[in-house]
Amino acid sequence: MSIDTDTAARVAKLARIKVDPAELPSLASEFNAILGFIEQLSELDVSDVEPMTSVTPQRLKARVDEVTDGNQQSKVLSNAPDAREGFFAVPKVVE
Amino acid sequence: MSDLNKLTIAEARDALRRGETTAVELTNACLSAIEGSSALGAFVHNTPDLALARAEAADQRIKSGDAPALCGIPIGIKDLFCTEGVESQAASKILSGFRPEYESTVSAQLRDAGAVMLGKLNMDEFAMGSSNETSVYGPAVNPWRAKGSDQNLTPGGSSGGSAAAVAADLCLGATGTDTGGSIRQPAAFTGTVGLKPTYGRCSRWGIVAFASSLDQAGPMTKTVRDAAIMGAAMMGHDPKDSTSANLPVPDFEALLTGDIRGKTIGIPREYRVDGMPEEIEKLWADGAAMLKDAGAELRDISLPHTKYALPAYYVIAPAEASSNLARYDGVRFGYRAELSQGDGITELYEKTRAEGFGAEVKRRIMIGTYVLSAGFYDAYYNRARRVRSLIKRDFDEVFAAGVDAILTPATPSAAFELGKEVADPVEMYLNDVFTVTVNLAGLPGVALPTGLSSAGLPLGLQLIGRPFEEGDLLNTAYALETAAGFVAKPNKWW
Repeated sequence: MSIDTDTAARVAKLARIKVDPAELPSLASEFNAILGFIEQLSELDVSDVEPMTSVTPQRLKARVDEVTDGNQQSKVLSNAPDAREGFFAVPKVVE
Repeated sequence: MSDLNKLTIAEARDALRRGETTAVELTNACLSAIEGSSALGAFVHNTPDLALARAEAADQRIKSGDAPALCGIPIGIKDLFCTEGVESQAASKILSGFRPEYESTVSAQLRDAGAVMLGKLNMDEFAMGSSNETSVYGPAVNPWRAKGSDQNLTPGGSSGGSAAAVAADLCLGATGTDTGGSIRQPAAFTGTVGLKPTYGRCSRWGIVAFASSLDQAGPMTKTVRDAAIMGAAMMGHDPKDSTSANLPVPDFEALLTGDIRGKTIGIPREYRVDGMPEEIEKLWADGAAMLKDAGAELRDISLPHTKYALPAYYVIAPAEASSNLARYDGVRFGYRAELSQGDGITELYEKTRAEGFGAEVKRRIMIGTYVLSAGFYDAYYNRARRVRSLIKRDFDEVFAAGVDAILTPATPSAAFELGKEVADPVEMYLNDVFTVTVNLAGLPGVALPTGLSSAGLPLGLQLIGRPFEEGDLLNTAYALETAAGFVAKPNKWW
């Protein structure tokens, strides 16, 4: 298993992290070092083992589906880099 | 009383209750110690006014007779915990300026118990690191130095600021979090005690998420007794965290009898790793002998899948991180990149995340993205989750066979030089080789100092307990602490 610069670029795109094309070769080689380390897992036969979903033997709790909170617009917006007229502001999304 | 900042939590509590000191005096002693400690880089957001206001309130409470154990005790809070109105940045540029409108459940429980927050503590960015070097604030520095050396050492990570602050007597205790060893490794590097509770013991609500199935908060203190006191105050059921365990929290301190006669301590052969320094081997053997002398029975055990724990961790933790850190997009909080003419929403995300995250965080997000991507999900992520089941089964079988606790080294070495390992991510990951299994299996683990290296640096052992039996685990740790009699402190150079 080896990651080339195209794969590195695709992963960066999926992760929404801008990477300078000049940095892609070193990024790919870092990925390969880490994936080489992870590769040891393929030594094990895990065909009859269930993937872990919860480390403690409890079911996820459900609560009644009802409104328990709200009316905190100013608190919700207080840390926004750009908030206008009660909304988060972003560059134009739809033409 | 002099040197109030050097007291343990238990000593300070008793002195407060006897009226020999006040919360304000204790707090002032810590604030002065913090003022002179900038070379340690431990505290990154100081809150002296808030601390003094809380100390005054605590003194009132003590006078009125309504004083829980932590009332008036000055502590530090890791920067990963959201604290209302106080910067909470997870040591990342991407959360610069973030002041939460809410308080994490754990820090709220401590606050409500009367504990006095002195400020926020340094850490690795988003708790990703083992040396505190990925922090946007720069590294925290270990108060310990090797004999005859003035080289700065790492306090470990990710809770490096917490460990440095407790070891240097800047506070009486501190909160940490532990995803792969981030409480126990720094505790071992600084001669302090660090407890990672069972998964589900401490609410994760309001703690910046790294890997949600592994993250646990816990206390970092000067003694096992203090870990029992502070740990109990941090734990408990919280409806706001769906993985929080609805179980009563015992009075751990009352369980510290030091009597471990008849207990069975497992010594796992797989933890004897290649290239382990002789002094770590000796520390481990000495610790086992101390527990035997105290009346415990030693048993050689096998945890056969141990060597697969780190690789499984480096699939599962980045996978969860890539999902958890998707929320940092420059829209709702924190940093937003400057945009160029014509940039749209995608450029906003990509530039903000490229500039806001550090190199290690970006690396892990992208590894996580890769192992979760179409075509690799089964080969990497599901395989790692299956291996995780095997690792937990190893522990289940050992406990079912009658083992009460497992003794291992806490770290493969003493604290290393800052800048030494930062270049090789995989080499850095090996720091967690003895601790990461515990997170994958959701178990409680405690690191405590039991000896000094030949260079005069603290070395720690780890005890691993049965799920939700922190009381028994801490009692075994207390017996080991008593037998080891570790009293060394770093010489003040800062």
